[in-house]
Amino acid sequence: MPVFDLSVTPLRELNQALHSIAPGANDTAFEVINPRGSHSVAVGIDSPVSVAVQGSVGYYCAGMNDGGAVTVHGSAGPGVAENMMSGTVVIEGDASQYAGATGRGGLLVIRGNAASRCGISMKGIDIVVEGSIGHMSAFMAQSGNLVVLGDAGEALGDSLYEARLFVRGTVKSLGADCIEKEMRPEHLAILDDLLAKAGVEGASAAEFKRYGSARTLYTFNIDNADAY
Amino acid sequence: MSYQNPPTPPRKSATFDDYTLAEIRRAAATGIYDIRGGGSKRKLPHFDDLLFLGASISRYPLEGYRERCDTSVVLGTRFAKKPIHLKIPVTIAGMSFGALSGHAKEALGRGATLSGTSTTTGDGGMTDEERGHSDMLVYQYLPSRYGMNPKDLRRADAIEIVIGQGAKPGGGGMLLGQKISPRVAKMRNLPEGIDQRSACRHPDWTGPDDLEIKILELREITDWEKPIYVKIGGSRPYYDTALAVKAGADVVVLDGMQGGTAATQDVFIENVGQPILACIRPAVQALQELGMHRKVQLIVSGGIRNGADVAKALALGADAVAIGTAALVAIGDNDPKWEAEYAALGTTAGAYDDWHEGKDPAGITTQDPELMQRLDPVAAGRRLANYLKVMTLEAQTIARACGKNHLHNLEPEDLCALTLEASAMAQVPLAGTSWIPGKNPF
Amino acid sequence: MCGIVGLFLKDKSLEPQLGALLSAMLVTMTDRGPDSAGIAIYGSAADGTAKITVQSPQPETDFEGLEAKLAEVSGGSAKVAVKSSHAVVSIAADRLDAVRDALRQISPTLRIMGTGESVEIYKEVGLPKDVVARFDVAAMSGTHGIGHTRMATESAVTTMGAHPFSTGADQCLVHNGSLSNHNNLRRELVREGMHFETQNDSEVAAAYLTAEMAKGKDLGEALTGALDDLDGFFTFVVGTKSGFGVLRDPIACKPAVMAETDQYVAFGSEYRALVSLPGIETARVWEPEPSTVYFWDHQNAA
Repeated sequence: MPVFDLSVTPLRELNQALHSIAPGANDTAFEVINPRGSHSVAVGIDSPVSVAVQGSVGYYCAGMNDGGAVTVHGSAGPGVAENMMSGTVVIEGDASQYAGATGRGGLLVIRGNAASRCGISMKGIDIVVEGSIGHMSAFMAQSGNLVVLGDAGEALGDSLYEARLFVRGTVKSLGADCIEKEMRPEHLAILDDLLAKAGVEGASAAEFKRYGSARTLYTFNIDNADAY
Repeated sequence: MSYQNPPTPPRKSATFDDYTLAEIRRAAATGIYDIRGGGSKRKLPHFDDLLFLGASISRYPLEGYRERCDTSVVLGTRFAKKPIHLKIPVTIAGMSFGALSGHAKEALGRGATLSGTSTTTGDGGMTDEERGHSDMLVYQYLPSRYGMNPKDLRRADAIEIVIGQGAKPGGGGMLLGQKISPRVAKMRNLPEGIDQRSACRHPDWTGPDDLEIKILELREITDWEKPIYVKIGGSRPYYDTALAVKAGADVVVLDGMQGGTAATQDVFIENVGQPILACIRPAVQALQELGMHRKVQLIVSGGIRNGADVAKALALGADAVAIGTAALVAIGDNDPKWEAEYAALGTTAGAYDDWHEGKDPAGITTQDPELMQRLDPVAAGRRLANYLKVMTLEAQTIARACGKNHLHNLEPEDLCALTLEASAMAQVPLAGTSWIPGKNPF
Repeated sequence: MCGIVGLFLKDKSLEPQLGALLSAMLVTMTDRGPDSAGIAIYGSAADGTAKITVQSPQPETDFEGLEAKLAEVSGGSAKVAVKSSHAVVSIAADRLDAVRDALRQISPTLRIMGTGESVEIYKEVGLPKDVVARFDVAAMSGTHGIGHTRMATESAVTTMGAHPFSTGADQCLVHNGSLSNHNNLRRELVREGMHFETQNDSEVAAAYLTAEMAKGKDLGEALTGALDDLDGFFTFVVGTKSGFGVLRDPIACKPAVMAETDQYVAFGSEYRALVSLPGIETARVWEPEPSTVYFWDHQNAA
């Protein structure tokens, strides 16, 4: 199994190796040690490789991941799994701001807390946070599911479109056009499925509340002008 | 004897002119700001106010046709493994599929390819047609990230991180009435037919210190192959250029307020951002102070219309220019042959700018299948190539008359200004004097 | 745009390493700010002694015979320790104001970087590693310190444009972000008698805090007032005689990471700045909330 020690090996070599996997190659499990908060670790993966990062990373870990399985045994800086296309990213510790930003597919799991703007502009990614999330999360979220076992900060789901937000704890405040919505059987099923995929134990879908778009900003009406 | 007033002509106000009065009435009726496409329409200090001095006794001209005047330019020499080689210093600016029809994008790709230059995607992503028809394609990386994906990053020839554009530096906000067709809705991952909101900042970075890290990420994803451009509107060009360089850009793209947009608030277009003429020298100064002039290339846009504008922009220190509005006109936008239809829309050829309504008679800024058919992409591509050819020949004519064997050897000292504003903004002397207002005495 | 670091030691046995730890944190942030760097170290104050850190672009001339020149006004207590372009003038605490005024008269090129009982402030144009080497920061000991490395946004790259900016005795500020109403604020503060060396937005923030505290507010109240009066994006770290404070604006886009153990509380713009700290693997790491004043103080230490 290839091991990259970022305290002696340039980041370029790691990412180049990850981008150069031949079809049918044998070495598809990578380990990264001594990341020490480095940025752009394991970005642009485009084949079904697995990467285990031993330590904490900086910005944009697993950025634009397409098909890879990345696990960070530590914390992640801003923008983890940004624009992910498919695959899985698991952060054992906490994630900083913009976790899963503009993600279009795949599953991002954060075992600790995520900071502000979690899931900003999400476009189909599924995000499961076992801890709490910060303010302005799911801002302009278009599609996908955000599941939070802990609490959510101020202005959750501001200006969101069709993304689904499930929060088990308290929501400090809701953003523009975001309202609590009815949990129906299909939503419980989606939530159960995500909790199972994320390997979350001790939580059941019935404990969550669902939040989504009131859709009043979809077509301009002068009386909603204050919301802009 | 009674005294009678002789007739006097009625006098309208310059401040409350007809446009202003109509706009106040429109606002009172609807309760919403006016949205339109295009760039600033008002008269601004521009390249027309600059003149070339030409050669005579102290300088010698070059013969046209025989003596070489080179027009090529290489973009992205700073860090990219695969810089872009353009035959001419005129590129096609970013315009989205969604704002433009598929035929229009195809026409632009064909024309640019015939001319040896690049086109640029817009706020909606890369289509297969555009990638297929354009030999050199720059892929925009915008705050919305609609359609953004690593495959397209890798099949692009360059990446343009858009911080802003001249029509609306700092802008985003609510864009009403943008009819999202099914294909556009799918590409942008939005419900069909709703109003589209636009973010003004990038979702996952803020500030040049973060931008540096984002540029590194994009380089790592694309294995350092592609030039990375940073596009800004005409805001604080000196600082913005310096910061783009410090953040690691290969190319800086600077768009003045004449630069067009698909749709935004008219008040934004006309009141925020500077004319391109005022932006070029400060940006070049920033590059020179950092020792990066010609090493980080500068592309300028916003009201470039002919070879004289190209030559003047290069003389002031740019490496290349980009055209948007002019390219659309070349392929048929606002053509008088559709005058009857413009009249039916309440406008006239040359003034039509409600592109967001999707009713463009020329079939360019619309997704309507019937209207789109009016544009023949092959013929239109040929027209664009013709126009680019003329711009290049014009620029070469001027450069040869100034004694230059490469367009890049044009300098500010080849120019003089007709007005105080142009002289101060472009930092070239007022014609007949050695005076630059703000710089030196008579 | 910049990188900020801060370190507050709870464990006295780490005090000899303060300079070394803080320097390493600062150098890690070099990419965020290559233009200039500065550091404020709070060392133990000897009773009755005050310190003034001065800087000069022509140190040989300005620092020549400085002790002698200050002998009378300092009542013979003046001691001058020169470090490259900076010098630390130690005097009897009751002579502080008189000596500070005298310094201003001695040479027009002599600049006062900071005053107080325990703070020394060093800042210069150049890369962080060069700046810390120049002033031998790694050898300094102390109870807490803050550091900054700068990528200039709108004002010039000069020594005086570097952070930290002194805001009063033993107080200084570093800033990551970009204010948007600093020009109007500067004009008001000038009318109130504040003096500015630069066009820098951060200098305005520092002066604002000083002015508010001069009106009777404590640092916490002044920082809370800043949330209403300052517009723009900011993460502030403020050093005081006994501790340091952190404040993020309501939008909180500029990064901020904190780490706490039994031995210290640390701040960095990026987690990378904290990786070499002892015990970081088991530290409590979190991000400060927006619009909230955080404070750690030796006087109220746990």
